[in-house]
Amino acid sequence: MTRAHVGTLCAAGAALLAASVALAITIGPADIRVGDVWSVVAAHLGWGTTELSPIRDGIVWQLRLPRTLLAAVCGAGLAVCGAVMQSLLRNPLADPFVLGVSSGASTGAVLVVVLGAGGGLLSVSGGAFLGALLSFGLVLLLSHTLGGTTDRVVLSGVAAMQLFSALTSFVVMTAADAETTRGVLFWLLGSLGGVGWTDVWICLAVLVAALTVCLAYARTLDAFAFGQDAAATLGVSVARTRLVLLCATALLTAALVSSAGAIGFVGLVLPHAARALVGSGHARLLPVAALAGAVFLVWVDTLARTVLDPQEVPVGVVTSLIGVPVFVLVLYRTRRTR
Amino acid sequence: MTNPEGAMTAAHIDGAAQEAAVAAPGLRARRVSRTADGRVILDGVSISPAPGATVGLLGPNGSGKSTLLRLLAGVLAPASGVVTLDGRPLDGLSRRDIARRIAVVEQQADTQVELTVLDVVRLGRTPHRRAWTPPSGADERAVREALARTGLTDRAHQSWHTLSGGERQRVQIARALAQEPRELLLDEPTNHLDVQHQLDLLTLVTSLPVTSVVALHDLNLAAMYCDRLVVLREGSVVAHGTPGDVLTEELIAGVYGVRAAVTREGADGRPHVRFLGTVARPAPRDATHADPR
Repeated sequence: MTRAHVGTLCAAGAALLAASVALAITIGPADIRVGDVWSVVAAHLGWGTTELSPIRDGIVWQLRLPRTLLAAVCGAGLAVCGAVMQSLLRNPLADPFVLGVSSGASTGAVLVVVLGAGGGLLSVSGGAFLGALLSFGLVLLLSHTLGGTTDRVVLSGVAAMQLFSALTSFVVMTAADAETTRGVLFWLLGSLGGVGWTDVWICLAVLVAALTVCLAYARTLDAFAFGQDAAATLGVSVARTRLVLLCATALLTAALVSSAGAIGFVGLVLPHAARALVGSGHARLLPVAALAGAVFLVWVDTLARTVLDPQEVPVGVVTSLIGVPVFVLVLYRTRRTR
Repeated sequence: MTNPEGAMTAAHIDGAAQEAAVAAPGLRARRVSRTADGRVILDGVSISPAPGATVGLLGPNGSGKSTLLRLLAGVLAPASGVVTLDGRPLDGLSRRDIARRIAVVEQQADTQVELTVLDVVRLGRTPHRRAWTPPSGADERAVREALARTGLTDRAHQSWHTLSGGERQRVQIARALAQEPRELLLDEPTNHLDVQHQLDLLTLVTSLPVTSVVALHDLNLAAMYCDRLVVLREGSVVAHGTPGDVLTEELIAGVYGVRAAVTREGADGRPHVRFLGTVARPAPRDATHADPR
């Protein structure tokens, strides 16, 4: 696919994303039209007034808009992190959670929710973020001690994942009552319910920063196709590149997981879908993966909050239910290269 | 082993003469050593290929060929001694600067990524390009020339995964050429190739306007294509010089533990080796070790 085609694809993707966000906001129990969405957004940006009642204005501005935007940011961020991890670790099964970030976040969140860690000073998101950073730091330290090769990084991530999952289960099973357990489980599976503008702004800022770093390393990531030694002989300083990209993606993943829980499969499957669209060159792959992930999660979250209305399904459950068949299809398609 | 051509040699390996060589152009290793897990892999090896020459590295498995190539590429650091590029130590240069001068072709490169021949060859421009910028005219020209020189122009859009082993090595050489190196390091590039592809590949390598250092197993290929040979055993240079000087029945028996008849039947009177059997006495101690990697 040529450069021009990718530019067109990205423009089309951005338009599709804007339309998806506007459309997704209108879907739900309260009857809201696309025109209403625009008027509310315009009113809040100071470009006129809205004729909507304060309640319906609140539904758009305080509930559906931040939730839908966070879905887009999460989808974009997870897809980008997944694409970078898969290339950096040369492992098509890698996803943003492979370095234990989500498991550490779970433990942190559970400690706050169940045991009241932080004495009320720490929010669930704050606890999750600290847990995620702790887990990632442990993985970095462990993989460095074990020799620093790619497979050691992956194995260290697996070890941290197991450790923190066990800790989470232990705390929940020993200390939580039934209602708290259900709440924790909901959070662990990933949910965009109840998010506010603060979550959106934090995640968006981290997404922009991390995406900028990853795009700056796009060509460097291409050079990892034949392994890290080959990358080194192509002029890549492997250790620095790996550290910078692991830190950027881990920070982004930690921010997303802290706001929305561990939404699975987006980071695993969407990069493969994006590669099928535009090939494996990262200068094209990363923006396309981001847009695809954003559009995907906006619609999956819309499905998650409406399909069993008034009850909500954790969005992570829906992404996995859709993601697994897609993933099998991807594996089936790539089997001839093995 | 003495060298009758003295100071005029293409590959000049002489510990005492290396002091002056540090300031000289090209890629040189001076008394480099390397150990791994307490075992000595390389022990004070010096090598200074003359510009434009093709130097063959010979020696049994585990003799240190691959390690020497990795030291020359700057991927490994020597425990002692120094590798210099135009007189400057490699460890003082950035990876990017090294990659603009030295290209490496591995024994068997493979990837799971979906790439075309053109994608792979373009990777060679990595050290010449900056972030955020599209490929320059020079980039496109270098890629086009690399494809043309390796006869791959018509196959630019073929998938890497549909290529045979010989074609993949050709693509890797095209990628290395796109780097526009002055030094080319190849680690047993003819492994896993049929005879015709082995000859094609080495013909291509020797025709390139670069200094090449090639690790080889096949003594006759080395005799046919290399200007100079360096023979390693247990991490030390045991012989160096022209193929005619180096490839003798005594050396083959001593280094490989193999009885051979060496004639002058090769092209231009180059030596031709015919194997007769193993030597009765035990082979060199490390002959069964795998190549250190």
